[in-house]
Amino acid sequence: MSVKKLTELAKTIRSKNAGTDKITFDVIFRESEAYELVKRSGALSRGSVAQILKIDPARITDFVEYDPAYAIKFTILRERPSGSPGDGDIFGAQQYAPFLDVEIDTNA
Amino acid sequence: MKSLKIICPNGHLGFAPLKKESFYLGVAEKPDYIAADSGSDDIGPVPLGSDTCASPKAWQRHDLEVMLLAARDLGVPMLIGSAGDTGSNSRVDMYVEMIRDIAREHDLPSFRIGWFYSELDKDMVRTKIQTGSTIQGLDNRDPLTEAELDTTTRIVAMAGAHPYQALLARGCDVIIGGRSSDSAIFAACALHHGFPEAQSYYLGKVLECASFCAEPYGAKETVLGEVTQDWVEVTAMHPGQRCTIASVAGHAMYERSNPFHEYVAGGLLDMTDCHYEQVSEKTTRVTGMKFIPAEDFRVKLEGSGKLGERFVGMAGIRDPYTIANVDAVIDWARAQVIERFGPDGWELHYNVFGRDGIMGEMEPMRDKPSHELLVVVQGVAPTMEMAEEVAITGTRQLFYARLPDVKGTAGGVSFAFDEVMQASPAHTWTVNHTMSVADPLEIFPLHTAEVGA
Repeated sequence: MSVKKLTELAKTIRSKNAGTDKITFDVIFRESEAYELVKRSGALSRGSVAQILKIDPARITDFVEYDPAYAIKFTILRERPSGSPGDGDIFGAQQYAPFLDVEIDTNA
Repeated sequence: MKSLKIICPNGHLGFAPLKKESFYLGVAEKPDYIAADSGSDDIGPVPLGSDTCASPKAWQRHDLEVMLLAARDLGVPMLIGSAGDTGSNSRVDMYVEMIRDIAREHDLPSFRIGWFYSELDKDMVRTKIQTGSTIQGLDNRDPLTEAELDTTTRIVAMAGAHPYQALLARGCDVIIGGRSSDSAIFAACALHHGFPEAQSYYLGKVLECASFCAEPYGAKETVLGEVTQDWVEVTAMHPGQRCTIASVAGHAMYERSNPFHEYVAGGLLDMTDCHYEQVSEKTTRVTGMKFIPAEDFRVKLEGSGKLGERFVGMAGIRDPYTIANVDAVIDWARAQVIERFGPDGWELHYNVFGRDGIMGEMEPMRDKPSHELLVVVQGVAPTMEMAEEVAITGTRQLFYARLPDVKGTAGGVSFAFDEVMQASPAHTWTVNHTMSVADPLEIFPLHTAEVGA
């Protein structure tokens, strides 16, 4: 099986607050080929996101494949609202790093 | 009017200064309006709760000055939403005052300023709850209770286009808004001239974050939006940026959980069937947006409640044995605070940077900590004195943690400072809800005045 990391295939991998209670993740591709490949591979799904972040799948509020922008987008509920004391990432902007290394089967 | 043009130089005015080169290229296009939003709930609950800004005054004033001088020179209205990061009443007053100062300083010919407030009286919200008008929770929150309202320090309501339209109808040249839905600021200008709701709100949606809808990435650059009865076009003003199908479509999903739907006060912008077309090198045209009016007029509320005063300490760890047992070190320090103050009435929070300080329990690498750690300690308590003592106990006692096999018995952590530092008071978002209102203007009182008359 030939494998590439998501960071090699995607143009943008980012996270950011979506309101006070959620963090949303965007994985955006430059062209449809890589986008379709990652969709086909099934490497990003509600299940894999829950597994990578070790969270209850019920905390994933949205998982959307957004064709106009060649993007896969998912959103999770925070454990407590942004900026509550102890929150290490008020903007939610550094939560995406574990997705850089997600392995994609390029023969998918 | 067949088409209307708006420029937006900054997606969060004041948070970082606008870039002038692309702004003046935008001004040269002779826009009909200049507008920007100045707020965000990204900055956390402290500014709203403590009625402060997250942005320096100098940067806020810089952008207001650049925009005001250009708007008065062109003779077009300038609109600013969510004044001073939070859109609280004091922030609106502060921006109105800045506009007066800048006008005086530059000896500008007289103009009309309009402003509105967004803060809500807690008693008004309480009455709604008591009379059975449920304050519905967003993002899985339960309906707001009176107990939660009691813990809330300040609430703002998110204005839609209506107060802006009302102030434009009164002939205002400059409008300073309280907390607002960012897309509504731009939509109001288009709606004022009779453009359809779908195109107007889409125009707002695409302009609200300025150059975030352009590529390559580069914030705080001006973009130009144009709306007609049929389409919206968006053009990057920076010589090195373009608005492409990918960048414009991509922006629709920025900072929201659903890229197809945008809820605004009074309805829903549906982008499911949007069609994107590159009409020239720097410009993308969008068609196919729809607007679905809401049956019940609900406004979003944001509320922040104070938890206590806060001090912050820091400690470093280099010993691999101590790193492997950092949780036991923290437990020791916490136990000393319990011994001093009892089990509750205060809070201690530890972020262990180098292990999981950013992602907490979601961190996949938390069992592989770095060779050195920084422990950030927050002590929260009702008074300054107690918060300081909680924080310093929670920090300094890391030094004395009793690990059974530690070699370094002269001190278990490193300090870059002896002291703990006063931080902003700790707050939390207590309200993320929606409230039904009979009239979209009833909770946003409007004011106008002549400046320089």
